[in-house]
Amino acid sequence: MRQLHRFHGGVHPPTNKTQSSETPIIASAMPSKLVIPLHQHVGNIARPVVSVGEHVLKGQVIGKADGRLSSAVHASTSGTIATIGYSKVAHPSGMDDLCVTLIPDGKDEWVANLGADYRELSHTDIRHRLRDAGVVGLGGAVFPSDMKLYGGKHQIKTLVLNGAECEPYITCDDRLMRERAAEILLGAEMMRDLLHAEEVVVGIEDNKPEALAAMQQAIVDGKHARMEAVAVPTVYPGGGAKQLIRVLTGIEVAAGVRSTEMGVQCFNVATAYSAYRAISYGEPMLSRVVTVTGNVERPQNYEVLLGTPVAELVAQAGLKSGTQGYIMGGPMMGFLLPSDQVGVVKATNCIIATAPTLFPAPAPTMPCIRCTRCAEVCPAELQPQELHWFAKAREFGKAQDYHLFDCIECGACSYVCPSNIPLVQYYRYAKSEIWARERDKTAADTARQRHEYRQFRLEREKQEKAEKLAQKERAALLAKQQADAAAATANTDEDAQARIQAAMARVQAQHDATQPRNTANLTPEQQAKIDEIEARRAHIQELAHPEADLDKHHEPPKE
Amino acid sequence: MFTSPYITKPVSVSEIMLKVMLALLPGIGFYVWYYGPAILVSITLASVTALATEAAMLKLRDRPVAPFLKDNSALLTAWLLALSIPPLAPWWLVVVGTLFAISISKHLYGGLGNNPFNPAMIGYAVLIISFPVQMTHWLTPHPVGHPELSFIEQLGYIFSGVLPRGLTLDAVTMATPLDTLKTQLHLGLSVGEIRDMPIYGRLAGKGSEMVATGFAIGGLYLLWNRIISWHLPIVYLGTLYATAGLFHVIDPAHYVTPLFHLFSGAAMIGAFFILTDPVTSPTTPRGKIIFAAGAGILTYLIRAFGGFPDGMAFATLLMNICVPLIDAYTQPKVFGKKAKGAQK
Repeated sequence: MRQLHRFHGGVHPPTNKTQSSETPIIASAMPSKLVIPLHQHVGNIARPVVSVGEHVLKGQVIGKADGRLSSAVHASTSGTIATIGYSKVAHPSGMDDLCVTLIPDGKDEWVANLGADYRELSHTDIRHRLRDAGVVGLGGAVFPSDMKLYGGKHQIKTLVLNGAECEPYITCDDRLMRERAAEILLGAEMMRDLLHAEEVVVGIEDNKPEALAAMQQAIVDGKHARMEAVAVPTVYPGGGAKQLIRVLTGIEVAAGVRSTEMGVQCFNVATAYSAYRAISYGEPMLSRVVTVTGNVERPQNYEVLLGTPVAELVAQAGLKSGTQGYIMGGPMMGFLLPSDQVGVVKATNCIIATAPTLFPAPAPTMPCIRCTRCAEVCPAELQPQELHWFAKAREFGKAQDYHLFDCIECGACSYVCPSNIPLVQYYRYAKSEIWARERDKTAADTARQRHEYRQFRLEREKQEKAEKLAQKERAALLAKQQADAAAATANTDEDAQARIQAAMARVQAQHDATQPRNTANLTPEQQAKIDEIEARRAHIQELAHPEADLDKHHEPPKE
Repeated sequence: MFTSPYITKPVSVSEIMLKVMLALLPGIGFYVWYYGPAILVSITLASVTALATEAAMLKLRDRPVAPFLKDNSALLTAWLLALSIPPLAPWWLVVVGTLFAISISKHLYGGLGNNPFNPAMIGYAVLIISFPVQMTHWLTPHPVGHPELSFIEQLGYIFSGVLPRGLTLDAVTMATPLDTLKTQLHLGLSVGEIRDMPIYGRLAGKGSEMVATGFAIGGLYLLWNRIISWHLPIVYLGTLYATAGLFHVIDPAHYVTPLFHLFSGAAMIGAFFILTDPVTSPTTPRGKIIFAAGAGILTYLIRAFGGFPDGMAFATLLMNICVPLIDAYTQPKVFGKKAKGAQK
């Protein structure tokens, strides 16, 4: 038996999972259109590579990964590109983003795709394939998976597979583990090899005994060595990566530290499944399992094509009257969708139709009475009541001193608050204010540096000018004195000759003084070398100060 | 409902306050049993005054009246204050104390959640400093065997200051067991001699020891329901016990047993109901321990060496001042930063 550990706090909200967990995953119906955002992952938005009117096949790339941290986006089915433009997307910001709208032709015709046995591929090749297949973390963070599969300089001991699914209502991972355990484990095995990890541990909350049994059975059936599926206590947020790592390995990963530095990497079970499909079958990430629950007749898990409008998805589950909106994700950390026309994205694990009967309006907010129920449940072991005071008083520096950025926004504090204070909202506000201030400060610092350098340069030029002038005056004075002296002694042609020679000698002396000696009389080879170095320097400076091109008036500061 | 979480645990401030008031009932029950129903009159007077003052202050401060009246916090303050002053006191005593507690020490500091001092203890301090005579006439518990007043007679005294013919105030009231202990020690009696006096029972004062037991029972209910954390009551009582025990061991003739201290005066109600006021106590676990230990030592020092028979109220108020400092210096380490060498 594996020794389990505990993390501080946590809450036990009603799980509301059985409504949707007892029926198999079914395929969602082909929608009338697909609204596919090009930014479904952490990193750079995918670059669109299709044009309006173009016919695409299922699995064809419509957005290419752009830069190192990015991921590809594909056509979820075959059809015609109707529009490429900005529209509402399933993102908490509520802002519009670039989407490709695809009208399905109903044929669901695949592009040629090549699967392979991952053992025959190089690790670099696997990572490239994952990236091109658009495989990102499906636990909610949507971080490109290929980036997390570098062993790097840290020795990875444990690969944690997250099947905890601690949020109420959500059952997509539960169903996936029950139905597709073998493929999840094959994906995990590939990930383990890529990371050179010693072991794989699957953490599943003990309110999902069927999923646990299925995974354990699949480990036996697949003869997987160095793999273990472990029941962890059901406590929210036990499925947070840091909390699960703590429970399974005893390691505490501090904020701002990568778990890999401590020898652990963590993936969601669904990510392992998708990674396996991407490599073995050459299937890019085109669909995912989504729990549709809440105010619907038949709560159910669907295999949903990415881009399917939420309205068309929930209609299949029999939307009940009184629905006022849709939460994407769970009730603890999810967010209200800005519209029911947004497309399902890679981060969509659950859609909850909300109604006042299910989610009654919270009671009015009362003042904080410092009861510290929030501190008792905080899994990051913060003092939420102090952070709340600081955020309210706009004392952001203090909030940072009290580890605001260690907050994972799990919502446990708000959940237990007897005064109904929207604590998480205060923390989000404080964080965004601090980020905004830091951006402003960086901009101001750059501007100040430029200004200071300009002042310095102007001052220097003035000084140089003044020096030159003074030198000229001195030389003139000296010449006059000498001329006067010469005139006093003799006023002959010889003297004039001598004066001319003396003046020439002075000019030569001055010339010698101003010319740096080690660059005079260079051989052509030396000169060529110098030119080359100068060119390189200029290039480096350009790279270091790209704004120089944008703003030629101000010279950027050098070294 | 704009942002997550969209669900909350059905628990409210008013429910918490109500549970604390429920937990006072065993103590109040013993109170009535031993001293007659006069205490119910003071509790009622204090409650009415508290609600009226709260409403008036909320109006003056331009705050919504209904939600705050329903939070039960003013009522709780009223009950705690009424329980700390003599039940057979003139009606205006409890009214003045409550008025001061709610208006000055609660609302002038910003109302619920913002008062640095425990309002009930401020009310008590004001009364004991301003009206020391009225604050020393405690009813005699009936096991002591003095003439007892009927409820009507108690009411008569509270509202009109008239006692039945032939009775003086001294005949129906007495000093508290702690007060008696203090004065008798000053007169040169030993602890043993004093404890033989008829007002003392097995643990401490007859009657009052049972009231204290009642508060302890209520306190255990609060602990059991996790309304309060163990730190404050356990550390407070432990420190009081240890300090008293130390002096008692050194000189048993002059320093009474530690158990006597636990079951006398406001120690029990203070440990479970007054120190545990979340608004005026520290929020960190270590802070709570420091706070409670400080209050325990101060209570003993005031009782044994100070000018007042009981030290609970002043100990609480003195420690209340320290709360922001205690909190600032006892911040716990956060997740992932406890290991040695973990980056800050």
